[in-house]
Amino acid sequence: MAEYGTMRVKSGLAEMLKGGVIMDVVDADQAKIAEASGAVAVMALERVPADIRRDGGVARMSDPEMIREIQESVSIPVMAKCRIGHFAEAQILQALEIDYIDESEVLTPADLEHHVDKWRFTVPFVCGATNLGEALRRISEGAAMIRTKGEAGTGDIVNAVTHMRSVFGHIRKLKTLAEEELYTEAKNLQAPYDLVRWVAENGKLPVVTFTAGGIATPADAALCMQLGADGVFVGSGIFKSGDPERRAKAIVEATTHFQDAEILARVSAGLGEPMVGISTASLDPSELLESRGW
Amino acid sequence: MEKPLRIGVLAVQGNFREHAAVLRRLGAEPVEVRLPEQLEGLDGLILPGGESTAITRLMRLYGLDEALRRFEAPVFGTCAGMIVLDRDHLGLADFRVQRNAFGRQVRSFEADLDVCATRPSFRDCEKPLRGIFIRAPWIEDAGPDVEVLAEVDGHAVLARQGRVLVAAFHPELTDDTRIHELFLNLVREASSVRA
Repeated sequence: MAEYGTMRVKSGLAEMLKGGVIMDVVDADQAKIAEASGAVAVMALERVPADIRRDGGVARMSDPEMIREIQESVSIPVMAKCRIGHFAEAQILQALEIDYIDESEVLTPADLEHHVDKWRFTVPFVCGATNLGEALRRISEGAAMIRTKGEAGTGDIVNAVTHMRSVFGHIRKLKTLAEEELYTEAKNLQAPYDLVRWVAENGKLPVVTFTAGGIATPADAALCMQLGADGVFVGSGIFKSGDPERRAKAIVEATTHFQDAEILARVSAGLGEPMVGISTASLDPSELLESRGW
Repeated sequence: MEKPLRIGVLAVQGNFREHAAVLRRLGAEPVEVRLPEQLEGLDGLILPGGESTAITRLMRLYGLDEALRRFEAPVFGTCAGMIVLDRDHLGLADFRVQRNAFGRQVRSFEADLDVCATRPSFRDCEKPLRGIFIRAPWIEDAGPDVEVLAEVDGHAVLARQGRVLVAAFHPELTDDTRIHELFLNLVREASSVRA
């Protein structure tokens, strides 16, 4: 009688995370700090993006032992990343009963043409996107949640803003097109016509859309929320800062009260050192993570 | 014309927009509540699904927990909202809630609920109610004043205690508005008593 893994059940969990902050954590202690600070979920990974960027090499799915420790230490949902196209890593994460799989460009891609067929899984997937076409391709593969990519591990918000402007702006444009123009637009977007039409009619993506990549301050979170994000992922921004607990709490409050500048001013004060950033403009194109994914 | 009911939707975190949309469909006026003063003059309040640890913390920070204990109009909690109302949290209902009782996300499910057995007054109750359960809790150790309205495998997932209605699942994620109608009826009854 009970049906598991339906699209409503998969996207439903993302619906519950809205207005919240999902935090990258590398061990149980960080996970507990994140939960106590009001995170709605944690992303369990071995290295935060800033360290992956610094260390180089191949970045893979985290050790199941470390994921289990984090699962046992908190009651909020635990997410984990698999490499783009690496369906075997995804199968392992499903066997671990992870709550959401992030098929992520932050890890080194395993397939240069194909993403994971996410319809085959009971566990829902979140995928990154830099523009509307990419978001709709991921949804057609079964993604139950989208996050605009930004440029992970930089502390620079500019790419996150660019990607949100691109996705949400394009949605606004779709709404103005005549019906016959939608066919050509679907071709230009390289996305299925039915999805393009749905977005044009409803003025939003059919799944929850968070923002990620470069969020380091409460003001960054408020900016993303005002631009139309349903919630935010904070990767390196919290645990690479001087006072992670305080900053985590402040970003959570800013995400709830994103329209109240007085509250934002209060929670932004005296947070200590933010993570040391890297301007994305200074990065060589080969160092950009956002261009991974097809 | 009858003045629309003003129903608050706690909007500190979670899927408050979907509840607001259902309320609008039913002719009520939804009001987003993030601060205690926004509770004033409301005819009822919905506590939506979300993460109960995050919601509890954000409520406490701004004194919404104390304000809600003083709130006298009907209250409807779904999922995390049900947890917030229980004996261990706000204490507005006489039961305890087992969090994530059905398991992690792989155990999230949808199923038809029989709403006739316990409460014949439900509209078109012969039509099953599709319940969407997301890392869902269930009710345990309910006091004598708690009426259980629906169960899954013997666990209470829909219940009423006076002006408090709770669901472990998410009626706001389907097109079936009957539970929200039930809540608005509670609100109308309570308003007519107060008037």
